Amino acid sequence: MVENRPVADALAHLVLLLGVLIVAFPVYITFIASTQTAEAIVQNVPMSLLPGDQLISNYTRALVGSNTQGGSNPPVAPMMTVSLITALVIAVGKIVISLLSAFAVVYFRFPGRSIVFWMIFVTLMLPVEVRILPTYKVVSDLGMLNTYAGLTVPLIASATATFLFRQFFLTVPDELVEAARIDGAGPLRFFWDVLLPLSRTSIAALFVIQFIYGWNQYLWPLLMTTSEDMYPVVMGIKRMITGGDAATEWNVVMATAILAMIPPAMVVILMQKWFVKGLVDTEK
Amino acid sequence: MGAISLRAVEKVYGHGPKANKVIHGVDAEIADGEFIVIVGPSGCGKSTLLRMVAGLEEISAGEVHIGGRLVNRLEPAERDIAMVFQNYALYPHMSVYDNMAYGLKIAKVPKAEIEVRVQKAAKILELGTLLERTPRQLSGGQRQRVAMGRAIVRQPAVFLFDEPLSNLDAKLRAQTRLEIQKLHRELGVTSLFVTHDQVEAMTLAQRMVVMNAGRIEQIGTPEQVYGKPATTFVASFIGSPPMNLLAGSADGSRFTVGTQTLKLPQAAPRAGALVLGARPEHAELSAQGAWPLTVEMLEMLGAERLVYGRLGNAAFTLRIDGTLVPPRPGDVVPLHVAPEHLHWYDATTGQRVP
Repeated sequence: MVENRPVADALAHLVLLLGVLIVAFPVYITFIASTQTAEAIVQNVPMSLLPGDQLISNYTRALVGSNTQGGSNPPVAPMMTVSLITALVIAVGKIVISLLSAFAVVYFRFPGRSIVFWMIFVTLMLPVEVRILPTYKVVSDLGMLNTYAGLTVPLIASATATFLFRQFFLTVPDELVEAARIDGAGPLRFFWDVLLPLSRTSIAALFVIQFIYGWNQYLWPLLMTTSEDMYPVVMGIKRMITGGDAATEWNVVMATAILAMIPPAMVVILMQKWFVKGLVDTEK
Repeated sequence: MGAISLRAVEKVYGHGPKANKVIHGVDAEIADGEFIVIVGPSGCGKSTLLRMVAGLEEISAGEVHIGGRLVNRLEPAERDIAMVFQNYALYPHMSVYDNMAYGLKIAKVPKAEIEVRVQKAAKILELGTLLERTPRQLSGGQRQRVAMGRAIVRQPAVFLFDEPLSNLDAKLRAQTRLEIQKLHRELGVTSLFVTHDQVEAMTLAQRMVVMNAGRIEQIGTPEQVYGKPATTFVASFIGSPPMNLLAGSADGSRFTVGTQTLKLPQAAPRAGALVLGARPEHAELSAQGAWPLTVEMLEMLGAERLVYGRLGNAAFTLRIDGTLVPPRPGDVVPLHVAPEHLHWYDATTGQRVP
């Protein structure tokens, strides 16, 4: 569509710029605040929009923890590790389980296949937030409170990814399966040699989505972790703000927020190439 | 080595009252090294039959033997066959080389041996410079050749082709047809080729199997199938435009079609209800003709011209030399068919009456 309408062009740019501003400005504020001293943030109203000189000290204090002026902040580095492990286990676990279950549902005829399929379908209606109390009961009875298993397993069991892979497998031509059979490839060999390489762009896309999903979990960890060394970073931010008597060190909080933003952003940026490749390639 | 024997082969989909029989007891003997074309309209069961030989469809009843071995219960990979699919079914993420080598790798053929076989196949098919590419980077014709290469490297007893030319354009199709013929001459491997295109069937087949509605109508050389079609179905399916079939009743050397009585050059094989067949290319407009044809429409094809007309109320098409002065629509012209070009069929069974 090639058109030459300056007003429409200008309007389109205006809307886009506005959108970018709405998304980017809070991030900018967060970053600016994380480079200033706590006093500068509180005393200057409105806050200065130029970076301060406390960048390194703020981030160091956030990472290793601080204990000053009656206020204390726990170190962020261990929380980042917890978040990272949780997000990775959730993303990888979901992908592995979804790939295998979609493979079974699409390529095998077994008794009760449609029942299994509908059971998976039903879990779509039951995300963690809906079944949180029974899930808590089960996890607590199994003694999985304050463990990585407790943090990840209930979140892995969900059908969204299974559906995505099912839809993808259905578009793989039957002849490919038949050609593999004639070549003597058994089901698992076919899965490993043909299906998996063909799904790699979907896998990349799902990894990004599930990693961010796992990283952003708040309610579930809040409920089931009581020991400080199992807190993910998203919870950590919240805990820093509720200071009670002590003054909130906004500069350190903002530095933590920026730190918490980095891994998901990195995943998106690094996987973007695969995303685009997956969208452009029509190989099937 | 690669003889195929089909004995009362049946295919039924579903069970009980909903069962749907698509192949009704097919028998055929195919000699080692033969090139057989299975031809028929869509839905006649020809692909199903091929897939049963390949092992991709279960055989509901009957027996399939390949090279003297009952293969009903064997996996496709164990049947000593290779198949070329209509859409080629190349593995999109593998290079041409890997596509051809995949089956051999699974069969644990030594690496050096794989290399030799793939290179040899690539040489036969002129794929030498394309081995590192992926299927996406190839044209339709090249993909087709890779699919054949994948079949060749397995050195099977039987090649199975499932409409492999239908995705190619007309020119490439004619060229690939010749290549397949050449390949068969060089390798001498038994081949089963399924198509709905009668030109492919006629040009490629040593013997052809004409199928309709899950049954074999005729098995024979292209000459036999064209010259002496066994049923009215074969008569109307092979040949373009199809054979004229006139239903009527015979009485000695007179044949009545509706209101029109035609004088036959030779007595009909028997009296009563019969179908008379005559190919458009075997009819001519000649003064000695005794059948009055009312011309309705003409079509110029270049070297020849099609004349559509009526004998009484029955449609009749004939093909005349394009250089002749054509009749005009509305004219009534005398039509002549030599006695050796008349075919007779039973009016109820459609079987050829000798």
